[in-house]
Amino acid sequence: MVGKMKDELLHDHNHDGIDRRGFLKCMAWAGTGAFCVIRGGVLSSYSLSRMREMSPKEMASELSFVQISDSHMGFNKLANPDVAGTLKAAVEKINGLSVAPEFILHTGDISHLSKPEEFDTVDQILKDARAKDVFYVPGEHDVLNDDGKQFLERYGKGSKGAGWYSFDKKGVHFVGLVNVLNLKAGGLGTLGHEQLEWLEDDVKHLKHSTPIVVFAHIPLWSVYPEWGWGTEDSAQALSYLKKFGSVTVLNGHIHQTMQKVEGNVTFHTAASTAFPQPQPGKADSPGPMKVPAEQLRSVLGITDVNSVQGPHALAVVDSTLA
Amino acid sequence: MRRSVFIAVLGVATILGIVALAASARYSAPAQQKPEATEVKIDNFSFGPGALTVPVGTMVTWTNRDDIPHTVVSTDGAFKSKVLDTDEKFSFTFAKAGTYPYFCSIHPKMTAKVIVQ
Repeated sequence: MVGKMKDELLHDHNHDGIDRRGFLKCMAWAGTGAFCVIRGGVLSSYSLSRMREMSPKEMASELSFVQISDSHMGFNKLANPDVAGTLKAAVEKINGLSVAPEFILHTGDISHLSKPEEFDTVDQILKDARAKDVFYVPGEHDVLNDDGKQFLERYGKGSKGAGWYSFDKKGVHFVGLVNVLNLKAGGLGTLGHEQLEWLEDDVKHLKHSTPIVVFAHIPLWSVYPEWGWGTEDSAQALSYLKKFGSVTVLNGHIHQTMQKVEGNVTFHTAASTAFPQPQPGKADSPGPMKVPAEQLRSVLGITDVNSVQGPHALAVVDSTLA
Repeated sequence: MRRSVFIAVLGVATILGIVALAASARYSAPAQQKPEATEVKIDNFSFGPGALTVPVGTMVTWTNRDDIPHTVVSTDGAFKSKVLDTDEKFSFTFAKAGTYPYFCSIHPKMTAKVIVQ
């Protein structure tokens, strides 16, 4: 089964030029870093150590923002007894970036147990980030016991339904989606009919050349359904985005970086700032992965995203907290 | 002399009787308590046992032994736990016969059932 999933992930089903080797080149597992540039649907990857060789033009960007994910404030088990400390390290990393990000996207699991004090701690730590605006979508750990009521009260101002919304920054259209509510027995993440209708309407009037960034907690592609790492109705959501030249999908949930290109869509998952999880099928369960303390920060991280000059180019850079 | 022998025999018989009673009590205890039949452990993102059969009136207790929180939620609404952090428990008494499928609402791939007879 594991082997089969690997093939599904790594083969070029869409004849988009991203074969197994190309995919591996651009798949930045936790602990490594990759700089990916997409121009006209063609993807090139560079290791972080080669970034100094790149020309300023290659590095120039019109819009820069950072994605963080899965801070799990309140988690205190062996895999990381100090998740506040590693979130602070992520903020330091953000503040040390050569290009100051305009804002931060948090792709959910802000808290571990949806406790008010857990959300408060994250809010407090993120106040020290150079980027002042933080845009959130909930993870399943943020909507425990109350179907997301508290999350909406804290972060859902101006959002629709269970907390979905969109906004525009420098010509890029951002869409935050919620796929962690009303989960059905045996199923995966769910967007639901109401949200899908809203999405169709939200992007209907945009020009095809508008770069789109969609962010949600659970991956909107089938990473590993056996562990629930996928979203039931993501195909329908993506069908509304087919007309656009550049679509970037940013997710969290799986606590490791992974990337895949399918036609016009680049999928990317961010590392956690709290604890790593095993590679798909490489353990009995997706529970927290324990690594030696001195290695922990090398498997946690942040994701820096740059909209490079030209309408079809977004660059995604993962860096660890080490 | 004869009387003392009689008392001694009676005494041995009494002791044997107590031992026999104690033994029978010990052997009958598991049938009355059914300790393993009422426990479900949550381990490694799965419910164990995945299918539990119990008589009507049994109280089932779930214990989360994972590092990650889970819930115990009946698919048809018969019962629903609050979120269970590590080592926290949830109990429900099954008053009616039937099959009760349930899952973890945080990790819906985790499914199991209780069969009440």
